[in-house]
Amino acid sequence: MIADAVMALLHVIVVGAGAPLLVGSLRTLKARLTGRRGAPVWQPYLDLRKLFGKTPVVSVTTSWVFRATPYVLAATTVVAALAAPVLSSRPPLGFAGIILVMYLFLLGTFFLALAGLDAGSAFGGMGSSRAVAVAALAEPTVILAVFALSLQASTTNLGGVVERLAGDPQLALNPAHLLAFAAFFIVMLAEAGRLPVDNPATHLELTMIHEAMVLEYSGRYLALVEWTSAMKLLLFLTLLANLFFPWGVPHVRTPVAILLGTAALVGKLAVLTTALAVLETSIAKLRLFRVPELLAGSFALALLSVTAVFLLR
Amino acid sequence: MALAGYVLAILLGAGGAAVGGAGMLGHVWHVSWPWLVPLGGLALEMDRLGGLFVALVGATSVPVSIYAVGYAGRERRGVLAYLVFVAAMLLVPVAANTMTFAIAWELMSLASYLMVVQHRTRESAHAGWVYAVMTHAALACWLAGMLLVGAWTGSARFADWAAPMSALDAGARSLAWALLAAGFLVKAGAVPAHVWLPLAHPAAPSHVSALMSGVMLKLGVYGVVRASFTWLGPAPVWWGATLLLLGAVAAVSGVLYALADRDLQRLLAYSSVENVGIVLIGVGAALAFQASAAGPLALVALVAALYHVVNHAAFKSLLFMAAGGVVRATGTRDLEAMGGLVHRMPWTAAAFFLGAAAIAALPPLNGFVSEWLMFQALLQNVRLPMPALNLVFTVAIAALALTGGLAVACFVKAYGIAFLALPRTESAASAREMPGSMRLGMAVAALACVALAVGATGVVATLAPIAETLVPDAASVSTRGGLTVDVSSGFATLSMPAVAIALVGAFLLPFLALTLARARPSPRRYETWGCGRLLQTARMEYTATAFANPFTRVFDFVYRPVARLDIDAHPDSRFFVQRIAYDNAPRFVVDEWLYRPAGRALRALARRAAAIQSGSPNRYLAYVLAALLLLLVLT
Repeated sequence: MIADAVMALLHVIVVGAGAPLLVGSLRTLKARLTGRRGAPVWQPYLDLRKLFGKTPVVSVTTSWVFRATPYVLAATTVVAALAAPVLSSRPPLGFAGIILVMYLFLLGTFFLALAGLDAGSAFGGMGSSRAVAVAALAEPTVILAVFALSLQASTTNLGGVVERLAGDPQLALNPAHLLAFAAFFIVMLAEAGRLPVDNPATHLELTMIHEAMVLEYSGRYLALVEWTSAMKLLLFLTLLANLFFPWGVPHVRTPVAILLGTAALVGKLAVLTTALAVLETSIAKLRLFRVPELLAGSFALALLSVTAVFLLR
Repeated sequence: MALAGYVLAILLGAGGAAVGGAGMLGHVWHVSWPWLVPLGGLALEMDRLGGLFVALVGATSVPVSIYAVGYAGRERRGVLAYLVFVAAMLLVPVAANTMTFAIAWELMSLASYLMVVQHRTRESAHAGWVYAVMTHAALACWLAGMLLVGAWTGSARFADWAAPMSALDAGARSLAWALLAAGFLVKAGAVPAHVWLPLAHPAAPSHVSALMSGVMLKLGVYGVVRASFTWLGPAPVWWGATLLLLGAVAAVSGVLYALADRDLQRLLAYSSVENVGIVLIGVGAALAFQASAAGPLALVALVAALYHVVNHAAFKSLLFMAAGGVVRATGTRDLEAMGGLVHRMPWTAAAFFLGAAAIAALPPLNGFVSEWLMFQALLQNVRLPMPALNLVFTVAIAALALTGGLAVACFVKAYGIAFLALPRTESAASAREMPGSMRLGMAVAALACVALAVGATGVVATLAPIAETLVPDAASVSTRGGLTVDVSSGFATLSMPAVAIALVGAFLLPFLALTLARARPSPRRYETWGCGRLLQTARMEYTATAFANPFTRVFDFVYRPVARLDIDAHPDSRFFVQRIAYDNAPRFVVDEWLYRPAGRALRALARRAAAIQSGSPNRYLAYVLAALLLLLVLT
């Protein structure tokens, strides 16, 4: 019981405190790659502190949905963090599978999309409509890609998948695994709102998805929204790291193992973040109605991966 | 008078729920009156499966009838039909032979038909006509199936069918199954026989729609389950695979049409098609598993399907009740004419919100639990060594996942456009909250949605024995420690109380933290940011049509949209536009490819047949004579 509580606290601290750092280093890396100096990596912390101190402005047309949404987002993201195998393969909500995690994110999207409509401006509605479209189209790919892993591990429990796959030395050569990884990577870009699906750095109304939806937020509400979207990126990268490269994830909850596991996670995230930065500096954003084609492609990869498991068993 | 009728319906529902609940827990009984009507007489038999559906009908009609007290008011028309409707639905699941079943089923159909045409408008007349045609085509199908089986087995009693049917060859059994399943699937609203649903639900009064969608469709599912699992002996794999694919098609196309629709009640009707599809996926998976000797997996799938049946009754009746209140208050069913109702009708808005979140399968509400179970059942298809079947299952999994995402989009649209932002019309701006009894009815249904989620282990523990009467096998879905649902000993686990507590805790956490840190300056109220425009009006809001636009573009092979844009410009310069007319009428693939050609063929046939209808009595007498002679020669 106490061990669970300590683990829960550790998960919240690592995900909550690590997320701004992840976003900060991603921005710095991108700046360096494009020949700029960029802001320091801890800039997101300063932004958050600034936003928390400001008086929020709330539109008179809004309802309780608008003000509840940042807190609901925080709740869904934190619970998803508790359910995901971040520090060890035995997370606090150890019973959870990918379906719970994905539907928690959908709950957040549901609220955020409603909040986008709540202020009654065309920007918010446009962002909401696009955001739910991307989320809906990404859903089958995530489920199928993780299904391909569950098939090999014969459990849908995320921790269980990590433990079983870590014991398989030929995993990295398995075509099903590689296809599922490719599918999940593409869909991660869509879910976390990264290039080429969405551009987190722009405020140009014709190109943005997430930023349009949250346009009305300010003050502490905006701080929570930004923070949770950083946490979502961190969680998706963590799932990518720990499910597809399950080595180094501790299966026990001793302090030393957790420390080593955290170090391994940081290492894996550093590699993935660098890859993401390189990718984002070398490609352009897709036109909105090209995005479904990209997602259909990732769905095809996931489907191929599942078929490969059936054929190779 | 009207009040007494609905109070009677409440009592009838409560009684049904009690009797059905007892039957569901194993209190079985049977009664019969063989002398009452020919062909076996009337006979009722209660078993666990029948008990579940009786309890479902009863329990759903209680809140709906409470709601009806306020909704119908002094309107006396339709009270008797409503009572007959509830009573007939309570009888269908316990009917024990063909005659009883046919009587109960027809009473149910006729009573609901009367209520569909109750408003006496051109629209409801059309809806009633389509409903009557479809439901009687269905009757012809399943009655033919039942009579065939009755003739082969020499008994009209359902319980006597299984043993002799098992001895028949597969072709005959499949013919009977196809007839029965086709008939029941029309009632369930499976694609392509769903066409009556989006017409009938908006036409009927809202409490009737709530019952039709919440439970009457489920009796179609009940028929499919009975026919597939108990009446016809062991099922071949292809029955299950067919239902799986039909379910996948119904789920995805139902939600896609719901997403594109701007009529609130029609949207809910299409969403019922989607949910019936989800249930059929579960039933089909259970059949396919059972036919492949994977009984434990069949049990999981069947429990998931029954769970979703119960859940859908709770949240769909809630949504129809809330939608009925909105339509009553605004005088329109068009989403584009609503808006801002959350301020005018806070209770209704809260009820619709809860129903929307539940039907979109969002945790911690009940829709999530049944879809989760469904996923776990489907994912285990890997244990079947049949590549073709595995592929069918994979398609169903992808369809279910896509449906989940699209349902979220659909209900964001429904709630966001109808209830949030500024009112789009005068009538929406002056809407009034519903009276007490209507709110009470919705509150009961809303509580059921929460209870069915948090009490997931209790629901599973109740449904598993019911499913075991159809799929006799070891328990593969169990409850651990009273709080955790466990599928196939550790394949997947879920603890809904833990999820609910974690969510509530994590919701309060930042709230309390900010309060303690005194970092909660009260927000400043100001108008929406608008790029420097002077006044915010409802015309600047995003519309339902615009919201659905990304989907209509991505899935244009389903919608086949036709947009017509007429611009009348000034004769002197095309830059001075006088009038713009935009029309994007929906087109339906099944209408174009199935019903129109079928209707044309039928009409052509009727025209040919009309040649013998001369109107001369002598000729008709000659026909009678010829028919008599023919019969004498043939026998």
